Amino acid sequence: MVGYLVGRLLQAAVVVFVMSVIVFVGVYAIGNPIDVMIDPGASQEIRENLIRQYGFDQPLWRQYFTFVGNVFQGDLGRSMVYNISVTSLVFSRLPATLELVMVSVCIATVIGIPAGMYAGYKPGSIAAKAIMALSVLGFSVPTFWIGMLLIMGFAVNLGWLPSGGRGEIGQFLWFQTSLATGDGWAHVLMPAINLSLFKMGLMIRLTRAGMVEAMGAEYVRFARAQGLPDRQIVFGHILRNISIPIITVFGLELGSTLAFAVVTETVFNWPGVGKLIIDSILQLDRPVMVSYLVMVVLLFVMINLAVDLIYARLDPRIRLKGGA
Amino acid sequence: MADIGNLTGNPPSAPLETRALRLRNFWSDYRKSWIAVLALVVIIVMVVASFGAPWLVPQDPYDLAQLDWGDAFLQPGETGSGGYVHLLGTDNVGRDMLSAILYGLRTSFLIGISAGVLALTLGISIGLTAAYFGGRIEALLMRIVDLQLSMPAILLALVVAAMLGQGVGQIVLALVVAQYAYFARTTHGAASVERRKDYIEAARSTPLPTRRILFKHLLPNVLPPLIVVATVQVASAISLEATLSFLGVGLPLTEPSLGSLISNGFKYIHAGRSWLSIYPGVFLMITVVAINLVGDQVRTVIDPRNSR
Repeated sequence: MVGYLVGRLLQAAVVVFVMSVIVFVGVYAIGNPIDVMIDPGASQEIRENLIRQYGFDQPLWRQYFTFVGNVFQGDLGRSMVYNISVTSLVFSRLPATLELVMVSVCIATVIGIPAGMYAGYKPGSIAAKAIMALSVLGFSVPTFWIGMLLIMGFAVNLGWLPSGGRGEIGQFLWFQTSLATGDGWAHVLMPAINLSLFKMGLMIRLTRAGMVEAMGAEYVRFARAQGLPDRQIVFGHILRNISIPIITVFGLELGSTLAFAVVTETVFNWPGVGKLIIDSILQLDRPVMVSYLVMVVLLFVMINLAVDLIYARLDPRIRLKGGA
Repeated sequence: MADIGNLTGNPPSAPLETRALRLRNFWSDYRKSWIAVLALVVIIVMVVASFGAPWLVPQDPYDLAQLDWGDAFLQPGETGSGGYVHLLGTDNVGRDMLSAILYGLRTSFLIGISAGVLALTLGISIGLTAAYFGGRIEALLMRIVDLQLSMPAILLALVVAAMLGQGVGQIVLALVVAQYAYFARTTHGAASVERRKDYIEAARSTPLPTRRILFKHLLPNVLPPLIVVATVQVASAISLEATLSFLGVGLPLTEPSLGSLISNGFKYIHAGRSWLSIYPGVFLMITVVAINLVGDQVRTVIDPRNSR
């Protein structure tokens, strides 16, 4: 197990290193940030000073090592647009994204699991077919367009909900969150629904597949033969059995929700990290881009590592094969 | 469509009658779902209308000389200075929306299909190489593919598109980077199973070159699941491209695509000019859903578990 663990950790480190080089070089290739930052009328002297200050006169490999050295000291650089440190910039935007992701995951679960269970319980019924058709729509219709339709319907035409931005922020226990105020909820509702649709489609399909499989399983037939009521079979036996794979896949999907938030946050002008990365790409804010991407790579590598280790824990065949 | 018999999984060397027969069988299974048939018809109509756009619509929406600022923001159904009815209205520079949508649809199809074909080719090469040679090559390649699959395609495409800049070629490349892994995984999965079968062993014991075994013997037998993945990936490429253009890293409005049209229309939704973003979106949605429905039915038909 130790050998396996060390092997996996080394692999993860190599992946992070390679990806950080690719990201650094790739981002370096995008435009010249100096042209964006400096007023074209500025004197040559100011230009050169700034170039030196940001280290752009150095060769690329030295810039990379300076960056890595700073990262290990906890310094991700300064945003060229906001002129504050990237770390505090990202952390100031993170709560908004986490709020959005949390609410949307809750919506997807609360609607998706019962809908999927019903679709698997009565596969032939019209309601089940409607549920499945909706899940196909949730999968295939582009998120940003659904978001736009929501804005048109509920904000522009009906005027029930605000069309964008984060609402009033209140205090809940120790947290500053917009979920503590009614206005905050009004703002978070539409983006959260928009972000939840894809997850919901996935949830419905997973639950339905598990349900259909379970309905034909031995233990369900046995429970039926015992004369247990359907309600007890479904909620007592089947739900417990199908919940583990659903939770696993869902945990994995949490990371990708962060990525999908990029689209939703742009549509609803939600001030989270997704909006931050889009803005920094459009404004050529290199330090923010590089730091965000390296953080995302780190996040996904850690998720992968955790999955591998959990599987190894559960399945001795993987563990015993060693570090392959 | 002519070689769809190929797609159902028989090797190309099979006699012609068999191929025609399989094609007929495939079709008779396929048409059991009227929704899938309708979806196929919709796709064909969309393809014909978008590629025939220059002959069908009254205006070349990207020829600035044909645009008249006086025609800006006409409601759907109004007649402009050109003397014809703008069925879907006009945009902020007086562009006929129907013309723009069909031209945009053509770009979306071109991008979706070329990204799909390139990603398929790359994915097949990587998947087959890994499955056939095994060992370290397999471990390395599949590790990369798995890592990529764990990241959302939209994020990869976004990053690559941001690095490469705007343009059709750049977008296609970004989509290929984001999507080839799905093909590689599917090919690898199917090919690892096929590889252990006797016919491959037999072929390997003859002096046939590796290339021939890979492409003439192994590939035809791993094609069926790939066809399904390819259909779904073309749809997702079209919708990814639209998303990227919407986010501002895809195509500029000077190069028509459904995404850039919707993105342009998005600026005016508060001004009560919803037709600018609704109509291109409707075309996008219909196209993507129709392709997915066709893919679903093809999956059902060629799945051996469903065969009679």
